Amino acid sequence: MQLWLIPVFPLVGFLLNGILGRRFSKAVVNTIAVGSVLLSLAWVVKTLLGLGDLNAAHTEQYFTWIQSGGLNIGWDFTLDRLTAVMLLVVTGVGSLIHIYATGYMAHEGGYYRFFAYLNLFMFFMLTLVLAANYLVMFVGWEGVGLCSYLLIGFYFDKKFATDAGNKAFIVNRIGDFGFSLAMFLIVVNFGSLDFGTVFTSVAGKSEAALTAIAFLLLLGACGKSAQIPLYVWLPDAMAGPTPVSALIHAATMVTAGVYMVARSSAIYLHAPAAMEAVAIIGLATAFFAATIGLAQNDIKKVFAYSTVSQLGYMFLGLGVGAFSAGIYHVVTHAFFKALLFLGAGSVIHALGGEQDVRNMGGLRKKIPWTFWTMMCAAVAIAGVPPFSGFYSKDAILAAADRHAPWMYWVGVVTAGMTAFYVFRAIFLAFFGNYRGKAHPHESPLVMVGPLVVLAALSLGGGYFFKIPEFLAPLFPLAKEPDNIGPVVVSVAFGIGGIALAWLLYVAKPALPDQIASSFNGVYQLIYNKYFVDEIYDAAIVNPVIGGSRDVLWKGLDAAVIDGAVNGLANRARGIGGVLKRLQSGNIRSYAAWVLLGSVFLLVVMGVMGGLR
Amino acid sequence: MSAGVPLSWYLILSAVLFALGIAGFLLRRNVITVFMSIELMLNAVNLSFITFSYQLKQVNGHIFSFFVMVVAAAEAAVGLAIILTVFKNRSTLNIDDVSSMKN
Repeated sequence: MQLWLIPVFPLVGFLLNGILGRRFSKAVVNTIAVGSVLLSLAWVVKTLLGLGDLNAAHTEQYFTWIQSGGLNIGWDFTLDRLTAVMLLVVTGVGSLIHIYATGYMAHEGGYYRFFAYLNLFMFFMLTLVLAANYLVMFVGWEGVGLCSYLLIGFYFDKKFATDAGNKAFIVNRIGDFGFSLAMFLIVVNFGSLDFGTVFTSVAGKSEAALTAIAFLLLLGACGKSAQIPLYVWLPDAMAGPTPVSALIHAATMVTAGVYMVARSSAIYLHAPAAMEAVAIIGLATAFFAATIGLAQNDIKKVFAYSTVSQLGYMFLGLGVGAFSAGIYHVVTHAFFKALLFLGAGSVIHALGGEQDVRNMGGLRKKIPWTFWTMMCAAVAIAGVPPFSGFYSKDAILAAADRHAPWMYWVGVVTAGMTAFYVFRAIFLAFFGNYRGKAHPHESPLVMVGPLVVLAALSLGGGYFFKIPEFLAPLFPLAKEPDNIGPVVVSVAFGIGGIALAWLLYVAKPALPDQIASSFNGVYQLIYNKYFVDEIYDAAIVNPVIGGSRDVLWKGLDAAVIDGAVNGLANRARGIGGVLKRLQSGNIRSYAAWVLLGSVFLLVVMGVMGGLR
Repeated sequence: MSAGVPLSWYLILSAVLFALGIAGFLLRRNVITVFMSIELMLNAVNLSFITFSYQLKQVNGHIFSFFVMVVAAAEAAVGLAIILTVFKNRSTLNIDDVSSMKN
């Protein structure tokens, strides 16, 4: 079915725009960038229609990549129902964001460079999703990390942007280290990296080995999907252009960790300790990121922490065994979070770069399309039925309730906080009186169009795309819960959060400041994100820098290595200094030495008994 | 030895000639004298070769001494050529003055 064409379209787009883009007009760059992704989407749809029900995985083998002893790794792509879901999300949401970006980036420098990177990202993301073994997946995994780095640091003349890019890249290295070790362990234990081979032979392996693999994969997923303790890069990643935040840091790349864990579900099901760790890490991330989101004033930072929190939800779903619910949330989250980011981008665009919600307000009438579409996303993420977030969040919470009720309750509280902080941002930005100075103007059609499509998906995506039923051949369906109590409670918390946000930020705008000042300690703590960055700086970054400078540079490099080299040279010079005295230039002294030498040799031979 | 000259005399003569050669080699400064001292040492060695060859009724010693003479002849040719060149360039035959390798 020519699966390889799916990632190759954006790759061609990248090559064309990357190499020749400088000479192209913007219209040509747009056509290539958007067209390649649309072709990719079209090819995905055509392939899926051609493959029928997809109950069995469809694998294509292109060439042998690495052959060494018994290990044989091919460049293989596979397509099953899980891949199909991810492909549609990546190419579908990706196309919309590409279209949006042509409007958003219209006045920016480095236009062709931006779209070249974006297409390269699509290539790697599709490779990651299509991979039929861990190594090809790793290629995509590293590739999207590279593109993330390039796009976060897109405004490379700004120090904070390049710093954020470096931070994302370095934090991800920690996760990738775990992923690599996991791959080595898989090769040792299974003798193969192919998903098919590994997952069918999981049953007979020792639990210790599987648990080790699962934990290392989880470390990789924590880096890519911004989970505790490696989530710190994602909020800073908002330094990149807003379409990048929407595409890479909300809808697709950050869900790669979720996809990878779901893909490795066979391993996780045999490693209960790792499953529990996934659930707890997810829950902790969801909760703490949500609390941080309560007090942020940068609209993109609010949504960034919201993304971290929602990714935590997905991990919670995976950890409690509801893999399909986790993927369900990946899909709906891609819709509403991409929409929130694109909407935020539209607001920022309208206000000429303003990102602080305290300087917005009253935008409801001025940019109505942005307002209404963001409203759709907000009700979806808040879990208001029957919109998309309700279905997926509810599936996760129901599974958590079956697994451990305390997880359900933490999840519900988090859902309430989610609704609160999202609506806080919306109310601050769109209600009340305008507090800024710029003159807001509605965004052009290429930006509003994708917003409208995503709004429709955010509202109806949960109802029309029943992901758990679609994935039933891979992940068995959970039985319907008997009582609807948990559902009612979680919806009540969501609506309660919205109501509270309304009360605090529309009805009584003076109240939040009073609350903040009466709980100043707590407020400062969450406003400063629990000082996690500062703690990491003090506990890890500074010791590493100090150790590199004092031990590795001045100690090891300057003293030991340079010392050894210089010492050797000095010693040679010293010996030479002694020996050069023999080179007197006086022939008769040479002759005397020859005589002495021969006498010495004769004596030695005599003593040793060589002469008779 | 048929003529009644004992073996030790030949060897003593050889040793004395060799010692003279060494002494001349070490002590004299005229390059030609030094050269002659080397020839003297070679011939002292030749003498002991011949002596033993005669004593042991073996031809090896003769062969060796012929080799030594051939080498000595070749060496004389090259050596004298070097001496001539050195003299042309430096107008001296004193080997202590031919020390440009030093420093």
